[in-house]
This record gives sequence, structure tokens and C-alpha cells, in this order.
Amino acid sequence: MTQPLLALRNVSKIFRLANREVRAVENVTFDVREGECLAGVGESGSGKSTIANMILGISPPTLGEIVFRGQPLPAKRNLSHRRAIQLVQQNPLSALNPKRSVGASLRLALDVHSIGERSHRDQRVEQLLEEVGLSADLRRRSPAALSGGQRQRVAIARALACQSELVVLDEPTSALDVLVQARVLRLLDELRRKRGLTYIFITHDLSVVRNIAGRVAVFEKGRLVEIGETERLFPNPDHPYTRRLIGAVPVVTADEAALRDRLMEEQDAGA
Amino acid sequence: MRRTFYILLRNPLSLLGLVLIAAVVLSAILADFVTPFPSHAGAVVDFAHFNQPPGWPYIMGTDLVGRDLFTRIIYAYRISLILGVVVLAIAVPIGVTIGLFAGYLGGWVEYLLMRLTDVFLSIPPLVLAMSMMGVLEPTLTNGMIAVTAMWWPWYTRLVYNLTRSEKEEGYVLAAEVIGASKLHVIFREILPNCVPSILTKMTLDLGFVILIASSLSFLGLGVQPPTPDLGSMVADGAKYLPDSWWLTVFPGLAILVAVFGFNLVGDALREILGADQ
Amino acid sequence: MSETTLRIRDLRLGFMGYTGLVEVLHGISLHIRPGERVALVGESGSGKSVTARIVLGLLQSLRSAQISGLVEFEGRDLERLPDHERHALRGTRMSMIFQDPTSSLNPVYPIGTQFQEVLRRGAPGISADEARSLAATALRGVAIPEPERVLESYPFQLSGGMNQRVMIAMALANEPSLLIADEPGTALDVTVQAQTLRLMRELVEKHRTAVLFISHNLGVVREFADRVYVIYKGRIVEQGSASALFAEPRHPYTRALMSAVPRITGGGIPEIEDASADYFAPIEVHEGFAEPAA
Repeated sequence: MTQPLLALRNVSKIFRLANREVRAVENVTFDVREGECLAGVGESGSGKSTIANMILGISPPTLGEIVFRGQPLPAKRNLSHRRAIQLVQQNPLSALNPKRSVGASLRLALDVHSIGERSHRDQRVEQLLEEVGLSADLRRRSPAALSGGQRQRVAIARALACQSELVVLDEPTSALDVLVQARVLRLLDELRRKRGLTYIFITHDLSVVRNIAGRVAVFEKGRLVEIGETERLFPNPDHPYTRRLIGAVPVVTADEAALRDRLMEEQDAGA
Repeated sequence: MRRTFYILLRNPLSLLGLVLIAAVVLSAILADFVTPFPSHAGAVVDFAHFNQPPGWPYIMGTDLVGRDLFTRIIYAYRISLILGVVVLAIAVPIGVTIGLFAGYLGGWVEYLLMRLTDVFLSIPPLVLAMSMMGVLEPTLTNGMIAVTAMWWPWYTRLVYNLTRSEKEEGYVLAAEVIGASKLHVIFREILPNCVPSILTKMTLDLGFVILIASSLSFLGLGVQPPTPDLGSMVADGAKYLPDSWWLTVFPGLAILVAVFGFNLVGDALREILGADQ
Repeated sequence: MSETTLRIRDLRLGFMGYTGLVEVLHGISLHIRPGERVALVGESGSGKSVTARIVLGLLQSLRSAQISGLVEFEGRDLERLPDHERHALRGTRMSMIFQDPTSSLNPVYPIGTQFQEVLRRGAPGISADEARSLAATALRGVAIPEPERVLESYPFQLSGGMNQRVMIAMALANEPSLLIADEPGTALDVTVQAQTLRLMRELVEKHRTAVLFISHNLGVVREFADRVYVIYKGRIVEQGSASALFAEPRHPYTRALMSAVPRITGGGIPEIEDASADYFAPIEVHEGFAEPAA
């Protein structure tokens, strides 16, 4: 079996406060396979964002280790680690420096990792913008002059700029309108297939997960409660929490309502 | 930038402030041309016309050695503005840099730098300047050094608070995840977002520096004669109130006009830019 | 007609900016009958939130706002009411709950004090003890098991879901005839949101409160509303009963919205064409759901 791109082994994150301990993440183990889109779902307090932070090297695990391509990742990341794993945040407005042009924010990634000749980098910025469906002359605009959807595309372009292998997406479409969300999701999906990227897609929106992720990992209160193929898990979740999560999603069609009602019945019957 | 200027022009108060500042600055720059008796800024005596009340050609009267008060006031503006600009040119970079490092790096760096700042902040500004001037010779240069020493901590505190809140913003996280160096994050990401607040404070400060410098001279600790200085003029003239009222009133009004003008514009800028203070 | 609780006719809103007048609402008409749950659905920038604020009279204080059109509450023209009378309606006959419950409650006062303030608006002479017991009853009504403890607490000490329920209780405390809910539950976890919406539905049914429900979330609207108005860039583009609209969306914009929502049953990522020119097509009114004649 080929080795996973990323592996978490018995990872825990414990915060020591004045008078007590908070176990934000408790003994989590799972693999991320190359080229897949793995969704991480859970509500607040589930630990999914903390796990994302640990993968990105923002805060180190208290226990356990995170292994990338067979090598454990240190707490302090070097440039090649940084290049390999990138982030797309939830709020595109705060993710771009309001005092720098969009092109400057993109160029930063190229400059830090010395990608391409310096004189060609502006051209590369324009190519990146076009790759995410934006026109090249947005390069000079400030983030405030762009719409929410455009800003998020820029943030995606920035993650692509370093030619990373693994992209962590933390609620990338939650702050977007429904129509814009659909387009951005489509873009994300196309980019992943085209460039062979691996996604860890963190969200609370299970209907998005159903359609973009191959596998899904469900977190509750810092623990991994269920992980499996989306196609199998959704019609037939094993864990009651997963069932409850799917059942709570507000649905738009009668078919979905039927699925939800069935799950709720199973839940009540099992309880 | 253009929008800011447009708003400043629309608001009557800030427009007044702009007019006052323009008057002060332009007259200071063009002092040689707008004053009737440029030589009176120096060591000139004309006892034939000493202690004269406002009239022609001495529109604000003359002082006790016969020099035209209006001329001396305009030249005093020049000195004060130079003082203000030099003080800010030194104090602001120092204060801002310390604030940025303390706010972003945290840990013992933050602790050390901010305690140092607290020490300077805890001494009443005028007392600090006075004690320095007591040790050094009273000259314009030393006056500038003293005022600078008491000025930088205010910028440190302003920028420290701004940095601590900007540090949590998404774009800082993004730069860190990309792998940008700490220096880059501090100077190319966070600092540009502090600039509006810094500029607002600088505008307000220009007025206050003039006031502090005048206070120092009033106490005899600033520039020495024959260099014209608003504070000294007020002090010297105070003995002769109420008879030779013009000796005190006009320099006092001159201080008021300058400080008021900078205050009006600075306040308007603060509202427009939403700067924290 | 005094039958309708809320009637809006041809409401227009513009803001005077540096570049001239920016029009936000281009003639909105809607109505809500007593006890009805009506949703106003649109994306950001559609004008749905400003409509709510105009009804409450919260926008009129802005000098740059230019408002025209009829806003009638229980038969009274709100624009013609003197300010103090309009103010008297707020919190008593009409109330509002907001998107983020924790930040909408005053952080420096305990819940009990804030509740008392709300009750005082409806019954000015009420004693502190009476207010406290009424508040406790109200909190029990929103399924809060230990009302006394909650009344002593500050908003930051309670969870988002708890605060949302407190806000609902406070909004319904004076038995308003109209409740305006601006994206309620959006800031909450999905399971908590589901609970909260269920609770809201029970309560408004019990009190026969009319609800103007503002949302961008179609799924939530489908579960909660009796009738729906879809708003796009300041214009109503479709209106009808919730069941009819969801079964048979007619307007191009409504259809785009519906197809853009990913399905929990699968089906892939929705493919949305950029048909924004079509979204300006004329309004689609489902049979029997037109605005009542003046």
C-alpha cells in the first residue's frame, strides 16, 4: 500500500489553563491519501480547527506526531515544509492585507520561495489570477475593491502560488453567497483534479461535504468518531453523532427530507 | 487619500484647521518675504521705536528693544515647526519600531521593551524635559533632544496596541503560513496598517510639540536670545502686563492659532481614518 | 386594511453618497397576516436586511437615507407616526432578533437586568420581583432548565445557543404581534440551529405572532416559512407559498438559487451558469399569492 501523504498518529492538543486542562484534541489518528479530498466536519468545540492549526504548523501537538511523506513534521517548520502545505481561510476579507494590492499578496508567496525568475514573477501572478477565473488586471486592485467571491479566488490563487501539495481549506465557502459558493466549489474541485492536489476540507456544511469530498472524518469534542467514504457514510452513518449532524442540516428538496427523516427515525429507534 | 482630503475640505471645522495650518506653515517658509523687518529676527536694536503699541508699520507693536513683534512671531513659527518636524522625525521611527517588535514578538522582548516604555511614560513629560535641560545647556538642539526623549513612548504604546490586534488578523496568519520572515510580517504587513493612526497622531502632535517647546522656553529652558521663540516672548512680556499687553497677547495667540489648527485637522483625520488613539 | 399585521407597498430606499444617489430598494411590496410566517430570501446586498431595519424605524435616523413608500403596521402608517410613538412600538408590539446572539446582548449587564428592561417597556410599573418571575417563566418556555442561574449570568458566560434562546424569550416577552428575525441561528452550530428553529416555530404558533424571517439559507426557509418572497438587488422577483415555491420555482433567479444548494443526497457540485441578465426578469407571482389590493 502506498504511504499516505499526511498521517496523524495519536495526536492530542491539551491547553493548560489556570485551574484546569482543556483537551481540545484527544488521541486522533487518521491518514490523508494523496490526491483525495478529505472533509473534516464537526461543530464548535470539535477540535477540527485545532487539528488544522497543528497540520499547518501554527501550534504544535502536545502529544503524538504528524508525518508528511514519511517524515515527522517538526514544531518549527522550515521553508520547504511551508511550501508543501498551504491554507485557504474562511474570511477572505481579513485574509488579504487591506493595505497591499492583490498582486502584491500573491507575489509574496513567489518571493518567499524564490519561484521563477524575479523579472517573471509579475507575469506569474497574472497567470495565477487567470487560473482561478479572474482577469489579470485585478492585480493592482486592493482587496476592498473586490467582491467576496473574487477575494476568495485570490486566496485560492495564493495557495496555488507555492505549488503546494496539500491545501488545508478552513470553511472556504461559508462566508460566501449561495451562487458564489457553487462557483468557487467547482473551481476548487477542478483545480484539485487538474493539479493533483490533496485537500483537507474543514466545514460544518454537510451538504457541501457530500458533493466535494471522497472521504469524510467526523469530529466531536476533540475525538474522531467516524471516518469513511462519503458515498457509504451518508446514506448509512454508523455513529449516532454523525446521524444527528446529517439530520440537522436544513434541506431544500423532498428527497433530502426523506433521507433526513429516515436517519432521525433510526436515531430514535437506536436510542 | 484623495477622498480624505475631500472630506477634510467639506467639514467647516477641519477646513478652518487646514487654513490655519497653511497660514502658519507658509508664513514660516516664506518668512523672508512676508515679514516687514526680517532683520529683526536677530540681534537688532532700535531704541527709537521700542515698546510701541500695534500700529503702522509695526502691526503687532514692537518689543523692548524696538524689534517688530509680527516679524519675530513669524520667525518663531519657523523655529517651532523645525523643532516639531525634527522631533517627530526622530521620535516616531524609534517609538514605532519598538512598539512593532514588542507587539509582534511577545515573550521577554515584549516584557523588556514595554517596561522600558512604561518607565518613560510614568515621568511627567515636562518634568522629564526640564530635568534634561537642567543638565544640558539650554540650546535649541538640546531642547529638541529633550522633547524627543519624552515623545517616543507615546508612539510605542499606540503601535503596540495596534500590532497586538492586527497580529490576529487573517493576512498575518497567511503570511506566516506562506513562510514569510518575521521582519517581513512586521514591516511589510503590519506596519502599513498602522500608518493611518500614526499619521493622525503626528498631525495632532505637531501642535503639541510647539506647545511643549513654548513651555520649556517660558521656563527659560529653551532657546536663548536673540533667537525668537513664542514661549520666551510670552514669558518676557508677562512682566509688562497690562500696559504693554501686545508683548504677551500676540505671541500667546500665535501659539493658540498653531495648536488649534493642528488639533482641528488631527481630530478630523482621526474621525475619517477611524484611528485608535 | 387592519387585517394585515404588516403591509409594505412600493418601498424605495436610496443612499446619498459622494458619487450621487445609490438606490438599494426599487419598490418592494409585501404583506404579513396575523400569525403568518413569511420569509424574505436573498443573498447579501439584496436589500433584505435594510427592509427589516426600515420597518423597525432604525434606518430613518441616517441623514443620507432617502425612503419613500408605505409601511403600515396594524393599520397605522409608520412614516406618519411621531418618533416617540414609533419608538414605543419597538420591543412591545414589534421586536427583532439578530444573527449573532452573544454580541447582540449587552455584555456588561446580567441577563436578568436586560430582561427586566424589556419587560418594563411593556409594563412600565412592573416590580423587580414580578419581572424576575416573568423572566424565569419566559426562559422556561424556551427550554432553559435553570432560569435562575441564567438570569444571574452575563452573556459571555453562556453558550451561543443559550443566548439565542434568551434573545427569543426577550423578543416574545411582551407578546408582540410582529417578530422580525434577521438570519437567526446563522452563527450557531447546525444542531443547535435546528433546535432553535424548532423552538421558534412552536413559540410563534403558540403566541400567534407574525414573523418576518430574513435569510439567505433556503433550507432553513423551507422548514420555517409559510410564504416566501425572493429578493434580488432590491426587487422582489418571486412570491408564493413555501411549498409551491420549492416544488416549482419559476423565476430564473429563484431557480438558480435552488440549484446552487448542494444536496445531501449527492448529485455533484451544482453547475451555475452566469445568467445574471436573466435575473432581472419580471416578477413571478404564484397563483393566489399576489399582494392584496389597496
